[in-house]
Amino acid sequence: MTNKRKLILLTIILAIVTVLFLTLGLNSRNWNYGLSRRLPMVAAILLTGSSIAFSSIIFQTITNNRILTPSVLGLDSLYMFIQTFVIFVFGSLSIAASNRHINFVLSVGLMICFSILLFNFLFKREGNSVFFLLLVGMVFGTFFQSLSSFMQMVIDPNEFLIVQNRSFASFSSINTNLLTISFISIIGVFLLTFKDLKMLDVISLGKDEAISLGVNYDRVVKKMLIAVAVLISVSTALVGPITFLGILVANLARQFIHSYKHKFLITGAILISGVALVGGQLIAERVMNFSTPISVIINFVGGMYFIYLLLRESRI
Amino acid sequence: MIEVKNLTKIYGDKRVVDNVSLEIKKGKITSFIGPNGAGKSTLLCMMSRLLKKNEGDVYIEGKELSQWKDKDLAKKLAILRQFNNINIRLTIRELVSFGRFPYSEGNLTDEDWKYVDEALSYMKLKDIEDKYLDQLSGGQKQRAYVAMVIAQNTDYIFLDEPLNNLDMKHAVEIMKILRSLVNDLGKTVVIVIHDINFASCYSDYVIALKDGRIAHEGSIDHIIESSVLGEIYDMDIKIENIENNRICIYY
Repeated sequence: MTNKRKLILLTIILAIVTVLFLTLGLNSRNWNYGLSRRLPMVAAILLTGSSIAFSSIIFQTITNNRILTPSVLGLDSLYMFIQTFVIFVFGSLSIAASNRHINFVLSVGLMICFSILLFNFLFKREGNSVFFLLLVGMVFGTFFQSLSSFMQMVIDPNEFLIVQNRSFASFSSINTNLLTISFISIIGVFLLTFKDLKMLDVISLGKDEAISLGVNYDRVVKKMLIAVAVLISVSTALVGPITFLGILVANLARQFIHSYKHKFLITGAILISGVALVGGQLIAERVMNFSTPISVIINFVGGMYFIYLLLRESRI
Repeated sequence: MIEVKNLTKIYGDKRVVDNVSLEIKKGKITSFIGPNGAGKSTLLCMMSRLLKKNEGDVYIEGKELSQWKDKDLAKKLAILRQFNNINIRLTIRELVSFGRFPYSEGNLTDEDWKYVDEALSYMKLKDIEDKYLDQLSGGQKQRAYVAMVIAQNTDYIFLDEPLNNLDMKHAVEIMKILRSLVNDLGKTVVIVIHDINFASCYSDYVIALKDGRIAHEGSIDHIIESSVLGEIYDMDIKIENIENNRICIYY
């Protein structure tokens, strides 16, 4: 099967799952209400799915490592820290916590500021590799995580429930206005980085080879990392952290699509993540009867797949 | 021609390359020799923009390195270092086609494929062109990477220890190919090499480095001398003339 056929097949599967998700259980009397609830949900799912898929593939190519996701940069932990901090200091009824617009802008702004600070600090000095960046990201991630769990220990139990609720990704209560902002910013990032995707094909050969073939390595890597940070920030603030989705879809895409070309890999990953999320949401709603959030299912499946990857790598 | 002026690289307070000036002549094989840690690879990397320099200038055909556009420089100069492990599965043909990236940015034209085919047959890889890189031996892999550089069709080709981990047969093979690149296609080749007998038999010009400085430079007759090599490597080296080649005996 050629890559184009594979992508068409994935598109058809995604279309079927989406139509099922949209129409299941609708009849002539409730279709209007049902669709008005489900359409924004599907939009949010596809939007977050695409940005996670896109950023994971890019991130794996830059780090030349197939078992990393952008979550090692610590942005997920920073998001949880912001949520916990706001609720801990101002309370869950404060405007920063309860108004979703303000909360969204606050979270996205802080996350992007943090990553740009991090990159600038690291790229200014010569000789700092991408791996040093990962290490610093991991240290900060753990730091934010410890701070949040400390605050969660001492917080009022009712407030803790709200914090905990936000630590699971949820597609069922998406604000349509936020959806528009996210859509614009994510599409903007896609368009800005689209031209450089072919540079990534060369970067997967290695840094020296890429420079020898005329790629401005530092500029491309910095631009791509900022794109990753923006995408992860927006999608995390929109629905919450989904750690394992990136690893899951990026590796499935690399296994399914045998190509080094990023335009194929990224399209494949976006479609696979759409299928995984819409399908997962379908299972969460119809099979689990809303009792389990979708991020738990994704993390469960993703975690198992991750262990499988580790076992396979160690055998080689 | 490549002109290097007062090039310096500093790590911490160690001057790894210290105020080096040299010229690379067109249409010749120039070898960098010297003991470990002499700064050979660092010098080569700075001359090919893989490493940033602390001081000094590198003029490639009269234009300073930083003045070149990345894409244009990639059509002028290619560098091949020891290959590292890559995480993607590529066939030899796909790898060689990357050599055309500076010209076509991934959308190869018929003319680009012509260069790829020529490079493959030049390196005698035509019959295994669809094999994956991870199925190849060290010698075949090295040949595949050299084919990529040939497809890139640059005037200058830099190679950092191209004979590393190769047996005699494959090492001779690679050196003969470099020789014919210079003789037949008029390329300019610069190599970092440890085996001084290979340097002696195949290069036109030798630059010997020690402690970040140029200790000696000159033609084979001038450098492959007991007294000169003894000073560079701090050991007794006997030179024999065998079939018009100057062979070092130091075992």
